[in-house]
Amino acid sequence: MTALLLRDLRLSVRAGGGALIGVLFFMTVVAVIPFGVGPDLNLLSRIGPAIVWIGALLSALLGLDRMFQTDREDGSLDLLLMQEHPLVLTVLVKCLAHWLGNGLPLVIASPLLGLFMNMDEVAIGATMLTLLVGTPALTFIGAVGAAVAVALPRGGLLVSILVLPLAIPVLIFGVSASYAAVEDPAPFMPPFLILVAITMFFTVLGPLGAALALKNAAD
Amino acid sequence: MPESLAITKFSDLANPTRFLALAARILPFMAAITAILFAIGLYLSFTTEGDYQQGQTVRIMYVHVPAAWLSMMCYTVMAISAIGTLVWRHPLADVSHKAAAPLGAGFTLIALATGSLWGKPMWGTWWVWDARLTSVFVLFLMYLGLIALNRAMDDPSRAARVSAVLILVGFVNIPIIKFSVDWWNTLHQPASVMRMDGPTIDPEFLWPLLIMAIAFTLLFFTLHVMAMRNEIWRRRVTAQRRMAARMAGGREA
Repeated sequence: MTALLLRDLRLSVRAGGGALIGVLFFMTVVAVIPFGVGPDLNLLSRIGPAIVWIGALLSALLGLDRMFQTDREDGSLDLLLMQEHPLVLTVLVKCLAHWLGNGLPLVIASPLLGLFMNMDEVAIGATMLTLLVGTPALTFIGAVGAAVAVALPRGGLLVSILVLPLAIPVLIFGVSASYAAVEDPAPFMPPFLILVAITMFFTVLGPLGAALALKNAAD
Repeated sequence: MPESLAITKFSDLANPTRFLALAARILPFMAAITAILFAIGLYLSFTTEGDYQQGQTVRIMYVHVPAAWLSMMCYTVMAISAIGTLVWRHPLADVSHKAAAPLGAGFTLIALATGSLWGKPMWGTWWVWDARLTSVFVLFLMYLGLIALNRAMDDPSRAARVSAVLILVGFVNIPIIKFSVDWWNTLHQPASVMRMDGPTIDPEFLWPLLIMAIAFTLLFFTLHVMAMRNEIWRRRVTAQRRMAARMAGGREA
């Protein structure tokens, strides 16, 4: 299992992996927003957390379709399916590796983008914390979509369409927790705890669904 | 064995010919009852008095509410069929959830469109991003995604199994829709018919609403059986075409 984790991590960081491209895409999306809404710093700082969250959501979707597809192409997916470990655990490890390779860099890059958005320290910290808690849920939800579309030749767009509706609750509570940290009357903890709960819920459901889909997609 | 009689009857339907025979027998009755109920329901909807506050627009409710119920029931039917696909490998279940997806999308669209038309005079806006409306919109997107996924794959049985997984994962949205009006403070009113302490809606409005709801439900099942029948026919045609192509190829070689 550790070997699998390390292997996936190495593959995602080295050339051909999507990890750095994801961060680059994240920065590009956020950088495009000021051109669209105008360089008004007050407005930007107000919508900043939401922009950073949407950017992270989109870039998290970007690398998803490769999660199982590369393994299918070189045949190692069949080996993973055949081994004695429960498939759910294997999928869980693969999700963790995918998150470490693709999700964690987004979290690390988010403070910089927060500065671009003229957010204050509290808002940047809150956004980073919610992203840290929320992005694993995106990966686990995305694993189901990636597993469902693994056999499709051009599944990337379809994965995004299938995954986005399920990812909406994560976005809602992530953004509302980030805002609650800045604006006084709303308490920070309730939306944040719900976000934690969503992540834990999908930690269970995501690998289960993905394993089921992988078993059925194999021919 | 008497206890397995129901199971035997159910697995008998795995034979598509038996299902087609059953469909041919019950479809005319279902269609007729649906038409009669729609006639009664529409007559009642247009003859009962308008609301003292909402005036004539209250009649939108007789289409909007049943369509919204059906959009959720259709997903539930799909989820049950998905379990049938994954657990029992029942071939009819594959056909069932594939046939139900476009119907569900249709009912959801009706609910959204009529709700929007009703919202303009009542709330002063076509659309608000409150929890009920948003979650129903998400349901609509999920229906479309499922249709797209089903179309993207050639092999029908694999497409059915893979989309069954996604249907079951997406089922988490249904309780969210149902309870969104209780959990969040929404502009959309809370449930007024399906309540523990009885409906709070006036009988004047309740009767047409119930009849329309039954009519919509029957309409769904009629269309569903018809769509399943068409899907079986479509698969037979494909299989026969393949066989013909194979025989033609054999003759040339």
